Amino acid sequence: MSRHIKEIIIKYIFFLFSLVSIVVLGLIVFSLFREGLPIFGKVSVRDFIFGMEWYPTYDPPSFGIFPLIIGSLIVTFMATIIAVPLGVLAAIYISEIAPASIKEILKSVIELLAGLPSVVLGFFGMVIIAPWLQETFDLPTGLNIINASVILAMMAIPTISSISEDALYSVPREFKEASYALGATKFETIIQVIIPSAMSGISTAVMLGMARVIGETMVVLMVAGGAAAIPESIFDSVRPMPASIAAEMGEAPFRSAHYQSLFAIGIVLFFLTLTFNLIADYVSHKFRQVGSGTL
Amino acid sequence: MEDVMKSFKNNSMKWRYLKQALFFGTVRLSALIIVLALGGILFYIIVNGIGAISWDFITKPPTDSMTKGGIMPAILGTIYLTIGAIAVGLPLGIASAIYLTEYAKEGRIIRFIKVGINCLAGVPSVVFGLFGLGFFVIFMKFGSSILSGSLTLGFLILPTIIGASEEALKSVPQTFREASLALGVSKWQTTYRIVLPNAMPGILTGSILGIGRAAGETAPIMFTAAAYFTAKLPGSIFDEVMALPYHIYVLATAGTNIEATRPIQFGTVLVLVAVVLGIDLFAIIIRSYMRRNKRW
Repeated sequence: MSRHIKEIIIKYIFFLFSLVSIVVLGLIVFSLFREGLPIFGKVSVRDFIFGMEWYPTYDPPSFGIFPLIIGSLIVTFMATIIAVPLGVLAAIYISEIAPASIKEILKSVIELLAGLPSVVLGFFGMVIIAPWLQETFDLPTGLNIINASVILAMMAIPTISSISEDALYSVPREFKEASYALGATKFETIIQVIIPSAMSGISTAVMLGMARVIGETMVVLMVAGGAAAIPESIFDSVRPMPASIAAEMGEAPFRSAHYQSLFAIGIVLFFLTLTFNLIADYVSHKFRQVGSGTL
Repeated sequence: MEDVMKSFKNNSMKWRYLKQALFFGTVRLSALIIVLALGGILFYIIVNGIGAISWDFITKPPTDSMTKGGIMPAILGTIYLTIGAIAVGLPLGIASAIYLTEYAKEGRIIRFIKVGINCLAGVPSVVFGLFGLGFFVIFMKFGSSILSGSLTLGFLILPTIIGASEEALKSVPQTFREASLALGVSKWQTTYRIVLPNAMPGILTGSILGIGRAAGETAPIMFTAAAYFTAKLPGSIFDEVMALPYHIYVLATAGTNIEATRPIQFGTVLVLVAVVLGIDLFAIIIRSYMRRNKRW
């Protein structure tokens, strides 16, 4: 075989390998649809998504996931409110202010925080934060929205912080120098020059952090309390979508309506996070800083 | 003119530096909160978990319906699943990255593949669990087994490994490739003999971080591999296994004796954290050492 042909064959073999991620995405959709779509023969899409009652094991059962969607959105929103300032400010500290030695340590700390298994954080929330909340605020249970949000924020901080830091770091040095030359202080340069230039990267970071939170399972399973109802305060329990899937899959009889409805929740969750990721990808590409001349 | 003078007055240097000091204080505080959060969690886990750790705890199976004994089968199960995930994710990830960095030209197809990789990275872990259940356990008929769990975890860490490998391959200087190609060596041989060996340390350390994630994940193995209790150690890749993360979850939430098994729970958490953060820390240290001693 000529060397040239061999090279071409090798190239195509590697091309096939690079398609594996796409194929897996396809298989994920295929599996979710195969197991989940049959539920829509029994419940309309509208009743499924906007139905207020999630009683999958009652007779007759009721498959309305609206309270679960609200549960997911509310913990995601709360966790974002906590994680964005902490994550972005930490990124500013790392990229603009900290001395080199502290910078290295802080980056490692954030990486280790990202590495903490979710079940460990969930356990921490259950055993430490929940009893403390319950006693301090005299609540029926410490497993609630605020507890889950705090723990989820800890999981989102590494994502938000490391991607924001990359964005801040890649702001061209000329921008800062120009700002200093005009007599701006470091603070003014950060707020008025560096952050606006890095805004697309920071937005991407926030979107990806939110995507991570919305799909996070173990924490909401162990800490959110599990009540499938619309909450009235941040001290109420909720049952976000991933928690429902993880908690109920073990008991749902194989290919029963309950089992299918859990896969259908998986479909909703998959497309929700996919949307977040595609927006993040769009933002990061559309508003990418090209060279130092464009702004 | 007066306006300008006014704005100078309102923005006296003193006030401007005061604002800066306040801002820097807030920024430092945020960083401190993050450090304290990690430190607090680790401290609490170590203090409460260290009492449960003994040689028997690590080398003996559970006894008396999980209230006594050790966690050896769970440690072993996590090791099997992690090795399985590496076996699936590492070759696929490296091959993927080789195409993206060495062969591909910028264009629609590459953009499409990269968006696909990003989307795969964003798929929630519980959805991976459903995928593993629907595809490997049911469709491929592997059952709940080490095989199904390893494949699921392997695809979960694939984007991390691709990202790490791409970065490592890109950091090999272009001149290395050019020198090799100028000697008449083919593209594939250049990649295989020159680029890959130079990128390998970077690929491995980057991938280790993904591997730590595989060891600590719970949701993907819940429906695909993990068992609450197995009487025997697994004999083949088609057997179910116990695993550390799942063991923690079950003991902490579903056991009949949640309070009585608290020490075992803390001990298991400590072992899992030590394994996962140990793996991560190892990678971080090796990486910073490599960056400092880079030959080019």
